[in-house]
Amino acid sequence: MSAQGSNIVLEIAGVNKAFGGLQALSDINLKIEQGKTHAIIGPNGAGKSTLLNTCIGLLRPDSGSIRFLGTDLTQGKLKPHDINQLGISRVFQTPAIFPDLSLLQNVMLPAFAHKEGTFRFNPFEPLRDEKAVEDEAMVLLEDLDMADEAHHHAGNLSRGNKRRLELAMCLIQHPKLLLLDEPTAGMARHDTNRTIELLKKIKASGMTKVIIEHDMHVVFSLADRISVLAQGAIIAEGHPDEIKGHPKVREAYLGSAEV
Amino acid sequence: MQTRIIIASTSLRDYLVLAVFSAVVLTAPVWAQSIGAGYPDLLQKFAIFGLFAIGYNLLFGLTGYLSFGHAAFLGVGSYATVWSFKLLSMNVIPAVLLSVVISAVFAVVIGFLSLRRTGIYFSILTLAFAQMSYNMAYSVLTPITNGETGLRVLRDDPRVIDGLFGVQVQGSPLADLFGVTLKGYAGFYFCAVILILGFWVAMRIFRSPYGMKLVAIKSNQTRMEYTGFNPRPYLLSAFVISGIYAGLAGSLMAIVDPLAGAERMQWTASGEVVLMTILGGVGTLLGPVIGAATIKYFENIFSAVNEQSLHQAFDFLPGWLNDLMVTLTSPFVGDGWHLTLGALFMVIIIFLPGGIIEGFRRIQGLFRRRPGKAGEGAQ
Repeated sequence: MSAQGSNIVLEIAGVNKAFGGLQALSDINLKIEQGKTHAIIGPNGAGKSTLLNTCIGLLRPDSGSIRFLGTDLTQGKLKPHDINQLGISRVFQTPAIFPDLSLLQNVMLPAFAHKEGTFRFNPFEPLRDEKAVEDEAMVLLEDLDMADEAHHHAGNLSRGNKRRLELAMCLIQHPKLLLLDEPTAGMARHDTNRTIELLKKIKASGMTKVIIEHDMHVVFSLADRISVLAQGAIIAEGHPDEIKGHPKVREAYLGSAEV
Repeated sequence: MQTRIIIASTSLRDYLVLAVFSAVVLTAPVWAQSIGAGYPDLLQKFAIFGLFAIGYNLLFGLTGYLSFGHAAFLGVGSYATVWSFKLLSMNVIPAVLLSVVISAVFAVVIGFLSLRRTGIYFSILTLAFAQMSYNMAYSVLTPITNGETGLRVLRDDPRVIDGLFGVQVQGSPLADLFGVTLKGYAGFYFCAVILILGFWVAMRIFRSPYGMKLVAIKSNQTRMEYTGFNPRPYLLSAFVISGIYAGLAGSLMAIVDPLAGAERMQWTASGEVVLMTILGGVGTLLGPVIGAATIKYFENIFSAVNEQSLHQAFDFLPGWLNDLMVTLTSPFVGDGWHLTLGALFMVIIIFLPGGIIEGFRRIQGLFRRRPGKAGEGAQ
């Protein structure tokens, strides 16, 4: 195990989290390997989003540790922006973008955070001098077929497009770990397929991803490993083929669903 | 009340806007004549409150943090300037610099504490700090503020720097800039230059990545944090910058009339700058200046009207109707002009939430759409 240690990007060990009487997470152990896409699936209320929230500092676990490339995220007073600066970017379940800014500015902002850190006071530097950042953002928008609307207000986008925009906002940061909370929820089939294509492209670039998803088509076309969460505990983990045939998983989650 | 802010712009257009703005401000004594505002006292007010509102908008318009205590910085700026007149020199340069430094220090302290909260709690904290400053100026700080009487410049004040250069004050002391007495139009032009400088700085901030990040805080602060930015230093720096603008405005008030009183810090003064900004257009470059000038202009017109002039205005009506009209309209003029302001404000908020600037844009839109429709018809 220790030989593989250097290969592990995120290591969740013995994490518990309770909300009042509800045990949302119980003794979660998870290792996310470098360059792999790790899917977490499970029925509604299984604790998937809670798990992701503990990884970005939104929630603090009651016990256990979450180590990201040698840093324990549960120790000390790491703020959300500190965790982002360590190299974790996240796509939220409800799209979190900047509705008052243009699409281009939405993608440029995270690049500034990646480049400049948590704070930089530069009120006299014109934005138009940031040509390199702008070009990189435009390339990403082109990948998403959104380049034509680059100067439109992001607030007017459809829900599906907001999601794709948010993905671009994360990608421009070149995160060491990308957390995706249902990246295709609420998307039309056509957009879902395009998003899968994009995520496959990212996968080829070797970016490590944790993905929460309901859409089994998305999960099985992207995941290298799958963990199944039910009632706050991991009931199965393994290669997609193993999970497909796992009796416990069928019982707890897939049930009669077609896979 | 959602405002749309587009930051990106070409440099050429910016210079054009700045040139036109400067030209309009500097020629104000000429064109303002035609609307009955062509005298220095009122023009000075336009410039000073315009500066105050521009600075206020940098906080409220960009970050969305509604401060109800900016009058505190206005008062602090005034006191600092009068003290500089008393202790250092009647020259305005040290006075302005001292006001900037002191108001910045106040803004750092008040901002640091108030920005621990957001939304309504932030507003209440700033209001509390401003009211505290106001009450302290009247009570315990009387040795510094001279309480109710207000702080005045006296003939036999020490004025160390003036003493060194052997400058003597003849008659009542007046602010000067290296020998030029800043009274009347000279005072206006000094305020106008500072206003233009303030406008230029605000424009740079609007067009910078820093300004874009401030708008991002307003737009989605949570996203901002998960994007890797720490919002606190951004908010504090914006708060201090807008506090400095307010301090500068207060300094200019004391320059054109060397007197500082605690009433400048009262909450009504804080509320006034909020009204100016919203009336003109929150988050726009020009809106706050237009809002400030509009309010000061109407204040000037409506507060000058009294019952007698109303009787004259309705002279053409029969006696009983004349009396009725005067009774109906008199609460809206003179001291009651705030009633008119309130009504105007309501109309703007309900029908033009983007302020006067949105009104301009709508009119512009009407003219743009027409040729477009004609083109469609041709196809």
